[in-house]
Amino acid sequence: MKDYSVFDVLGPVMIGPSSSHTAGAARIGKIARNLADNSFYKVTFYLHGSFAKTYKGHGTDKALVAGILGMDPSDDQIRNSLKIAEKKGIDIEFIEENLGYVHPNTAKIVFHYENKESFYVIGSSIGGGNVVITNINGTEIEFTGNYPTILIKYRDKKGIISKITTILSNHNINIATMKVTRENKIATMVVELDNPVENNTIEAIASLNEILYITGINPIER
Amino acid sequence: MFNTASELIKLCKERNSKISQIIIEKEIESSRLTHEELIEKMKEILSTMQNSAKYSLDKEVISVSKLTGGNAKKVEDYKNNNKTICGKLINSAMAMALSTSEVNASMGRIVAAPTAGASGILPAALLTVKERLNLSDEDLVMGLFTAAGIGEIVVKNATVSGAEGGCQAECGVASAMAAAAVVELAGGSVEASFNAASFSIINVMGLVCDPVAGLVEFPCSIRNASGVANALISADLALAGVKSFVPFDEVVEAMYKVGKLMPESLKETALGGIADTKTGREAWKRL
Repeated sequence: MKDYSVFDVLGPVMIGPSSSHTAGAARIGKIARNLADNSFYKVTFYLHGSFAKTYKGHGTDKALVAGILGMDPSDDQIRNSLKIAEKKGIDIEFIEENLGYVHPNTAKIVFHYENKESFYVIGSSIGGGNVVITNINGTEIEFTGNYPTILIKYRDKKGIISKITTILSNHNINIATMKVTRENKIATMVVELDNPVENNTIEAIASLNEILYITGINPIER
Repeated sequence: MFNTASELIKLCKERNSKISQIIIEKEIESSRLTHEELIEKMKEILSTMQNSAKYSLDKEVISVSKLTGGNAKKVEDYKNNNKTICGKLINSAMAMALSTSEVNASMGRIVAAPTAGASGILPAALLTVKERLNLSDEDLVMGLFTAAGIGEIVVKNATVSGAEGGCQAECGVASAMAAAAVVELAGGSVEASFNAASFSIINVMGLVCDPVAGLVEFPCSIRNASGVANALISADLALAGVKSFVPFDEVVEAMYKVGKLMPESLKETALGGIADTKTGREAWKRL
């Protein structure tokens, strides 16, 4: 039987009203921010299912915006996030949309830039403040943001996995979980770690020839 | 270490410990926190709870949806200026439970205990007995560990999600956690704590989750007020020596089965019960 911490039962400490519609939404926003280049001037939120139906009353809109501004789910400025975004000159747009066969509490967050293509992240809030990121700019993926996580896309070739794991081990990092998928000879790897992600680790992996994309994010508070 | 109430009771007996002590030992073992760090972390939880339980007592706090609010202050003022029916203790407890609910609905900071929807019950119960029994914050921290232990047993063997088990799983379990903690703080036995927890769940078995417009407001806040009263009377019954004919583990199992039997419309979908009334439906349309 899975063991629980007392703080799983008494917690999270969060901004209300709903762990799934508010706390989870803030986490999806913050994970998306950490994956995106932060020079965006506009963000569009596509809200699906229960998010679309009840977002105003649950403050899901404010929580998502707070997240893309970098706030944690326990930040009591979440309720003012729309005003803060306005002051920062960031355009915010909400669109209710059917995103297909996804969890009822799902948001697609699109970051717009002045001089380059937009970038998007899709995530679902699955209860109790827990979230799953399911898509990054068209790449289907699955990670929770509960662990330090490295996301890598690379040209599939023999031995790459062992090169990556060697670098991690040389940086004294233990792997908690690892998932590799492949499409059209491009592999996507999600590695969840027991130790925080550091820039020099990311740089070391990025220097491998086959790497097309790499990003690392540290866990977002629940 | 334990998965059920009967295992936890056995551990308490073997080590001649209170529930809170066993929970602390277990947490230190699994979290790698020191005793001091763990207590400090729980003190922060208590402090957030205290703030939310007091915040709305002297001001009208209105929800984000603007549908509800201001009731904590109403009850607090009523208690201070009237004879009341139930007396100061119950009215004060209800006011504090409403306060946390209103903080939650207005996007303030709360501790999910075990959920955001039921977050008013445990803080209100602990603060009520703090005053009644002249307890310290350190005592209340012990109460929180006991409450967490009860919650953990339910999480492991059933559910605390309204979408899965209805309100009985949220407010019912919050009351059970609070009742067990109150009994321990009042000097009751381990068995008495579990009797109290059983009564709290039995009292609301079958309670549906039917939030108007899907929002954590009405009837949720009212059920937080009745939830703290439920916890306190359950504690008194147990402290008086009343025993639950059916033990806690079986009560939890029954609660879980009842939750499974409930149709989806009565489990947080806002498609049944109080949500599916003329007024409830109209409120949803207006949002």
